[in-house]
Order: sequence, then C-alpha cells, then structure tokens
Amino acid sequence: MSAADHVDSLEAQVDQWRSYLRRRQAIHTVDVAELEDHLREQIAALVDAGLAADEAFLVAMKRMGNLDALSREFAREHSDRLWKQLVVVPSEAGDARGWARTDGIVAFCLAVAAAVLIKVPTLFGMDLDQDAGFYARNVSLFVLPLLTGYFVWKRGLAASTVRWLAGAFIAAAVFANVYPVAPLGYTERLMALHLPIALWLVVGIAYAGGRWRQGGGRMDFIRFTGELFIYYVLIALGGGVFTAFMALIFQAIDIDVERFFQSWLLPCGAAGAVLIASWLVEAKQSVIENMAPVLTKLFTPLFAALLVTFLGTVLWTGRGVDIERNVLIAFDLLLVVVLGLLLYSVSARDPRSPPGVFDVLQVVLVVSALLADAVALWAIASRISEFGFTPNRVAALGENVILLVNLAWSAVLYLRFLRKRGSFTELERWQTNYIPVYAVWAAIVVIAFPPLFGYI
Amino acid sequence: MEISKDLMAASSTPIVLAILAEGDSYGYAILQRVRELSGGRIEWTDGMLYPVLHRLERLGHVEARWEVAETGRRRKYYRITSEGRAQLAEERRQWQAVDATLRGIWQVLSVSIPATQPPSAAPLPQGA
Repeated sequence: MSAADHVDSLEAQVDQWRSYLRRRQAIHTVDVAELEDHLREQIAALVDAGLAADEAFLVAMKRMGNLDALSREFAREHSDRLWKQLVVVPSEAGDARGWARTDGIVAFCLAVAAAVLIKVPTLFGMDLDQDAGFYARNVSLFVLPLLTGYFVWKRGLAASTVRWLAGAFIAAAVFANVYPVAPLGYTERLMALHLPIALWLVVGIAYAGGRWRQGGGRMDFIRFTGELFIYYVLIALGGGVFTAFMALIFQAIDIDVERFFQSWLLPCGAAGAVLIASWLVEAKQSVIENMAPVLTKLFTPLFAALLVTFLGTVLWTGRGVDIERNVLIAFDLLLVVVLGLLLYSVSARDPRSPPGVFDVLQVVLVVSALLADAVALWAIASRISEFGFTPNRVAALGENVILLVNLAWSAVLYLRFLRKRGSFTELERWQTNYIPVYAVWAAIVVIAFPPLFGYI
Repeated sequence: MEISKDLMAASSTPIVLAILAEGDSYGYAILQRVRELSGGRIEWTDGMLYPVLHRLERLGHVEARWEVAETGRRRKYYRITSEGRAQLAEERRQWQAVDATLRGIWQVLSVSIPATQPPSAAPLPQGA
C-alpha cells in the first residue's frame, strides 16, 4: 500500500466517522468540526510517534470515547437540541443555511405580496363589505397563484409546466368573474366554496414538481395539505390572541380598532399566513414529527366509537334520519373527516408492516361511516322529489357520491389487506389516484352549475 | 490510575479553567496539558472534554472563537473570561479547603494506625 492509499483510506475512515457523528441529534455540525480537528491532531501526533495511519485512527477513535456516551454527554449539556428547533435551521452549515435563509426571505416576500394583493381591488373602488361576493369568488385567486409561484421557484419547474399552471389560473379567473350570478345567491356561494378546491390541484402539481405522476409525489402533497392545515389553524389561533390584545390595549386609550382589524389585519393576515404556513411546513418537514398522523391516531378510535354507537342507536330505537336542509351537508362533512382520518393514517403508515389492531379500527371506522351515510342517503332518496333539485343539494349529493365511492373501495382494499389478499400499497395508490376526482368535480361545480341553474 | 467519575466531573472545571488561565487554548492542547500536569495519572476520555468546555461557555466562564490553525483546519479556541477567573478563584478556595481537611485526616490516620493501613489507600493523598 502506498502512502497515498493510506491517506485515502484515512480520509474515508474520517468521513465515515463524521457522518456517523452527524446523525446524532445532540451533536451539531460545528461540534463535529471541533471534534474532527481534535481527532486529526491526535492522529497526526500518533503518526509522528511511529504508528501507521489506520492504527493511529483506531487509537484516536478509542481515546475519543464511546460515541453513545459522548452524545449522551452532549445531550445533557445541550438538552435544548433534543427539542428540534423549528424556524431557525442552525444545524446546517454554509450553503444549506444560506439556502434556508433565501427560502425564508422568498416566502416572506410572497406573503407580503399576498397581503398587498388582497387589498389591490380597494384601489378600484371595491370594498370587502359591499363587494363580498366578488371577494368570495376570487379569494383563492389572490393567494394560490403566489403559493404556486413559491413552489415553481422552489422546485425550479420547467417553463412548459408553468404555462399550464398559469393557464389554469387565468381560466379560473375568467370563470369566476364572467357569469352574471345573483349576488350572494346559491351558485355564487357554490363557486366560492369550490374554486379553491379545484385550484388546490394546481398548487399540488406545482408542489409535487416533476413527481405529480408518481404516487409518492401526490402522497407528499396529501401530507403537505394536512400539515399546512394544522399550521394555519395554529397561526390563526395566535393571530386571534394577538388581535384580542390589540383590541384590549387600544380600548384602554379609547380607540376602536375594529375597522382596522376587519379591513386590513384580518384579510391581509389570512392571505399572508397561507404562504408563511406553507413555508413552515416545507422548512420543518424533516425537523419535527408530522402532526396530522398523530391527531389521526388520537381521533380514529373516538370517531369509530361515535359512529358505531350512532348506528347501534339507530338500529335499537328504529329512529329514521330526520331530514332537514343541512343533513346532507352534515353527512358530507362526516365523510370528509373520515376520509381525512383514513388518508393521514395511510400517509404515515409503513406499507410493509403487517396488519395490526389500528388497521382493524380503521376498517370499523370506514365501514360504520359508510353505513351511517347509507342510512342518510336512503332517507334523502325517498324524499328527493319532494325537495327538488337545488344547486346546493345537487352539489352536496355529488360530493357524497364521490366520497362514498372512495371510502367503499378503500374499505374493500383495506379488508383485502387485512385478510392478506392484497398489499397496503394498493390502498395508497387508490387514494393518490383519486385526488384529481375531487378537483374535477369542484371544477364542474364552478363551471357548469351557474349556467345549469340559471345563475340563481 | 482510575479516578472515579464523580471526582473527575468535579475536578474538570477548575482544571480546565486553570489551564485556560495560563493562556488561550483548544481542546487537544488542553488535554495534552492535563496529561502533562498530572504526569499521566489523569486520563480523560478525549471527547468528554468538549461538553465540559461547552458548559463553561454557556455559563460565561470561557469564550470561544474559531480560527484557522497552522494546519489549515478551522479550530475552536477558548479564552477564560473575568467571570471565569472569579469562578476559578472560588473553586480554588473550595478545593483548598477540601485538600486541607483531607491532609489533616490522612496525617492523623498515618500516625495512629500505620500498620493496618491498606496499601491501596496510600497513593490517594497525592491523587487528591
């Protein structure tokens, strides 16, 4: 072996040692650099004393001490490091840190842009109160293009993809504004509700970058959506506390901030928070355990118990479902929640692990939700002619069917998996392939419903 | 010679501070100095020095800075602060008190029962 080979193998050994050390949470990159300097100095001294490089490495390693014990000592001294830090990304050195900072700055600028954009119509004489319909229809168009832009920048999407995404937003803007819908009528409300759902797919395509065609890319988007929702709720709660304090202290000097809150703080904050929350989800995805699966684990048993009890009560007492106006919406929402619980437990599950108790629970949840929904649908179907087909009812019915189909087939796939006749991946694939269906239905509601129902 | 973990932990602060009071230094050199001063009787596990240094840094007893060493590698140097010197003086008082007490009792023991003295206890006064 030549001297150069010795140096090479020594470098390889040090590299390996360094990467091993880096995996320790309590030992940061700067500490690794400090320890490496020590190790190299020790090796040099031992080589001077006549040892071969690899022998010197072994002795120096031994003197450095057991790495588990060492990282325990570091953890004791730096216990804060075990609490993974969120916004600051201190463990990455050099390039990575610069990148994280640029990322943060871009996200912040886009958040400010969203906050400004939502106030731009004011320049043209629009008012949040008087033109609530305009705002309701267009609200997603103020925020989602910027969010899409963020991912376009971050993922470095090709110009051809960007053209498609931009085309989708332009089409959405046209459809949202050309129809002569009645102010605050049924179809306008439906458009306001469904446009964000349809456009969320566009965000998803940008989010997944080139991976939208792969199941993994779409699954990541599902995860992102769940985490974003949780972060957004947290930010909204913080914003609520902030606003309460603002109102309180200004009340003390007899100034009413309500006007400022309604026309500036709330719309601008709500728009900007979408960007900030997305950036946080992106920045922390490798830092903290995802929250959505944790909540899923907590609430799946509760919802399963609730639904089983409900079905039991229906059977026992023989009560029919009391058909009110909102019962269909209530059951739609129930299916959405159940689907969410299913999705986020699917997203966090290792597809290779064998079926467990939680999987059985999941199937109980899905099947009982299907039965409960069937009871409601049965009641509605028998009286639908009496009620007539309003746009709301048709939209709600359509959603119910879409969710029902998804959950029914999911239940079949899950049962197959439990009986070891199929793999968990099939269920994952079914869920990720189904994503466009929601968006397509939402697009149909936005585009076809207003003319179909005479713009009421 | 094996020195107990607790004693090692307790003595590491004054030893490191005292070495830094001689002049700015870095991890490897501090360990060399410890070996030299103790005549090889105190052997720290090398890595364990660093959590100690970081604790002293957090407490404000030492300051750290990165410099490029003559080898071309970046190296973290430590310097004792004025609080560190005050802490060293305080530690010194405490250790002198312990040392004086032990010396007193060793002397009494060696005078009254020299014959039954177990041989392993003999080197302890120097070690402490």
